[in-house]
Amino acid sequence: MIEVRNVNKTFNKKQILFDVSAKFEAGQTNLIIGQSGHGKTVLLKSIVGLHSIDSGEIIYGNKVFSGMSFTDQKEIRQQIGMLFQGSALFDSLTVEENVKFPLDMFSNKSTEEKLDRVNFCLNRVNLENVNHLYPSEISGGMQKRVAIARAIALNPKYLFCDEPNSGLDPKTSIVIDNLIYEITKEYGITTIMNTHDMNSVMAIGEKIIYIHSGRKLWEGNKEDILVAKEKELNDFVFASELFKRIKRNV
Amino acid sequence: MRFVFHIGRYFMFLNRVFKRPEKFKIFVKQFFKEAEKLGTNSVGIVVIISVFMGAVITLQTAYNLDMAFIPKYTIGLAARESVLLEFSSTIVGLIMAGKVGSNIASEIGSMKVTEQIDAIEIMGINSSSFLVLPKILALVFMMPLLTVISMGIGISGGWIAGFVSGEVPSTDYIYGIQYSFKPFYIVYSVIKSAVFGFLISSISSYQGYYVEGGSLEVGIASTKAVVVSSVQIILFNLLLTQLLLA
Repeated sequence: MIEVRNVNKTFNKKQILFDVSAKFEAGQTNLIIGQSGHGKTVLLKSIVGLHSIDSGEIIYGNKVFSGMSFTDQKEIRQQIGMLFQGSALFDSLTVEENVKFPLDMFSNKSTEEKLDRVNFCLNRVNLENVNHLYPSEISGGMQKRVAIARAIALNPKYLFCDEPNSGLDPKTSIVIDNLIYEITKEYGITTIMNTHDMNSVMAIGEKIIYIHSGRKLWEGNKEDILVAKEKELNDFVFASELFKRIKRNV
Repeated sequence: MRFVFHIGRYFMFLNRVFKRPEKFKIFVKQFFKEAEKLGTNSVGIVVIISVFMGAVITLQTAYNLDMAFIPKYTIGLAARESVLLEFSSTIVGLIMAGKVGSNIASEIGSMKVTEQIDAIEIMGINSSSFLVLPKILALVFMMPLLTVISMGIGISGGWIAGFVSGEVPSTDYIYGIQYSFKPFYIVYSVIKSAVFGFLISSISSYQGYYVEGGSLEVGIASTKAVVVSSVQIILFNLLLTQLLLA
């Protein structure tokens, strides 16, 4: 479980997050939703320690992560897998080397065992015969799947996804959403995903928090979101014609 | 004020860079990879520049010392001193600042804007040490080698130019380059080039590491890396000359 308590964050004297608190349970897909530029990515990057917070606490299990030094955070960081918006695969490494990278750095397995694990992870995300290709030689959807394979290579306890569907077609987005959901359930991972894609919200949103102008305005699940009363949330959720029609039928 | 900010951040950056590598085996692998990329792959340009540099120095000296009472061997002597003391280390340093400096800044800058550095940090790896330390050590190690190569090629270039143009007889040139030879000049040049290697790699890495934005900013960082490294090379050239030769 991850808990965020009263987190505030300022960039260049501009406050981005205002007193955000939330709990993210293990074995669940926890979604942070909201419009672009309202603080979702800052919150996610603060939770993983890429941004230091001004005040508040980030707690992993029972350890206060936010107050630790980089060296002390190491143990927790090695239990984190992260899927970035742009995949963030290493350009100079092949698909196989990308997935093997965390294993090379943190495991004492033999080369054969590492390759077995790489192949297992790549098979898990339904990728075959791409081991020796470079990220630039595969599609955006495949890059996202390689990034998921890299994120799960060390059997993480926590999985973070920053807008994993951005730039993908609806069909590939569903594949990625389903993969994230299945992996979360399979390994009992605490998954936190940033998204503004309502299809993802309705597909895998077990717990959802809505961020608006840096504040948490709403918390619930995918059923609750359709009947929520908050104006800002309704403006966001039912922005598209498709969801307006769904709203009329609820 | 901005200058002081950058100086402070640069030293804090170096403090993060000079940490024990996460896995020594991987560090050694990266060191050799960088030594090849930054050093071995630059041999070609160093050879071309050195041969012409030596040739031009010799011919210019020959035209300026074309007097009856000045012996011809002084041309070889002057060419040797110029190449050993100044040209091989400083010119090669400036060339490397352009070639390698922009390469390092754009490589690290691209990794920064595409969140590859964040991906490394998330795993609990000190990204600055992991990416930059092998580059710094590789260039500090390779720059003296390139400088020594440049010395040999530069002096040979001078000999060829003098011989082919007929301005300096071969025997005079060879006598000149051996006359009153001080081995410390090679040590002086090697020390300078190692310092230049450190400056180029660390400044360029710093410029790339703190890029914010997109490809436009990566280009700006790349240019800054070359300009700042070149200015520092000139500055440290003066400083080291005063320290080592005074």
